[in-house]
Amino acid sequence: MWNFSCPLIVYGDNSLDYLAQVKGKKAFIVTDKNILKLGLIKPVTDKLDEAKIQWEIFDDVEPEPSLTTIKKGGVAVGKYQPDWVIGIGGGSCMDAAKAIILLLARPELEPESLSVLEEFNFRTKARLMAIPTTSGTGSEATWAIVLTDTKDNRKLGLGSTECMPDVAILDPVMVMGMPPQITADTGMDVICHAIEGYTSVWGTSMTLGPGLIATRLTLEYLARAYKDGGDLEARKEMMNAATMGGMSFGNSMAGLAHSTGHALGAIFHVPHGRAVGLFLPYTMEYLINESAETTAKYAEIARYCRVASSGSDKECALALVARIRALAGELGQPLSVKDCGVGQAEYEKEIPRLIERALNEVMTMTVTRIPGEEDLGRIFKYAYEGKSIDF
Amino acid sequence: MAKYLSQEWCDLYKEEINKSKAYEEAAKTWEGDFYFITEPGGPVKEKGFMYVDLYHGKCRACEIVTDPNKYKPAFTLAAPYNIWKQIATKKLDSTKALITRQSKLTGDMAKIMRYTKAANELTNCTMLVPTEWLD
Repeated sequence: MWNFSCPLIVYGDNSLDYLAQVKGKKAFIVTDKNILKLGLIKPVTDKLDEAKIQWEIFDDVEPEPSLTTIKKGGVAVGKYQPDWVIGIGGGSCMDAAKAIILLLARPELEPESLSVLEEFNFRTKARLMAIPTTSGTGSEATWAIVLTDTKDNRKLGLGSTECMPDVAILDPVMVMGMPPQITADTGMDVICHAIEGYTSVWGTSMTLGPGLIATRLTLEYLARAYKDGGDLEARKEMMNAATMGGMSFGNSMAGLAHSTGHALGAIFHVPHGRAVGLFLPYTMEYLINESAETTAKYAEIARYCRVASSGSDKECALALVARIRALAGELGQPLSVKDCGVGQAEYEKEIPRLIERALNEVMTMTVTRIPGEEDLGRIFKYAYEGKSIDF
Repeated sequence: MAKYLSQEWCDLYKEEINKSKAYEEAAKTWEGDFYFITEPGGPVKEKGFMYVDLYHGKCRACEIVTDPNKYKPAFTLAAPYNIWKQIATKKLDSTKALITRQSKLTGDMAKIMRYTKAANELTNCTMLVPTEWLD
């Protein structure tokens, strides 16, 4: 038994108009101060006013939201008792909204207990909406929640299948002002979700389609959106790609680029999309070297995305790797850990911790070639130097 | 061949865990014991309890327990017979089984999630036990 879930996706120009059709009385908006300052909340609250829905804003969400913030949000939502919770922002705000709606249903729980082990039934109280302001995490189309335990400085992968948003609104007006660096970082996250979702051992024929299309859209439109933030077509297609990337990995699982990238991000504070995007070509090479099954899947992607039209599976797969490196180069993304400004001595000292973190991520187990400590150590070393994986 | 849910099977499982260098490495800091519970259904008529005590990469005990009050393990993992069979033969991923509520875990989920590699190696060990399934 497995399942495929995704929200009702409202997309394209004027998608925010959908809010005027929403039935409800009170909406609790979860966001951050920067989104509020950028004026991205007003178009939403204007529509809620039209629909005669009262609203309250909780804008305390920080990047990589802490358990403390979620607890605070849980208290606020409990007092307000809304029938909609709306996450507006990047992955952090949408993840925070998911956690907060779970606390609305189960206020007695600690945020670190918001896992698949519990039942919530929050829809008897409220429904969940996600409005992304970046095109990257795909959080609007997944049930996962990433929170930070600031006491132990570790990220917690939480969530329940129940907290898939009911509605995701992809209005390009919300991403038009995104700066080039964030466009690049979040866009590299999309291609990781798409490719890793497509090749995950948890993937099925249900998850292949979104992964394939999201990869092609990213290869076609990400550089355009980066170079010209006002390119409406590119912005729209990247929003669609991000959501489809979420549908892909959210219904299968991400892979090695995520587990290695998470480890780098946690220890050296490299932004998520930049870190996973950096590791993607290396981990793809690692899989190509030993796994015919995954190589064949990379080749399918390469052919579909018109990256390669002829040649063996291995040649097509390597052409895809080269195309991803070229895209990263076009976006000014680092191609090695060294390029991220991490000092060599400090990095080498941390390799055992990087290995330990990567080794114990579920995403390390959902690839067709599961690395042990030794291989992971070599991947981290090669990625520092920018050397192609030859083992 | 050892019959599933027999002490003979437990002895072989313990042996395989203690032979596994990969498990030892992945679980070198793990401390925690389990009841693996087979729910009634199919060929299993009564709830079956297997107690497994895992400590620093080794299995200290693996036994069939008739009185569930005998131990108070930190974790319990319960599933019907057909789900256990699929997990033990690697036809179903144990994390997927949890997500879809085909199995039920009690205990510190966050702790378990930090030992994914060890859990994977434990399943690899079950594959090495020549098992006589009950159906």
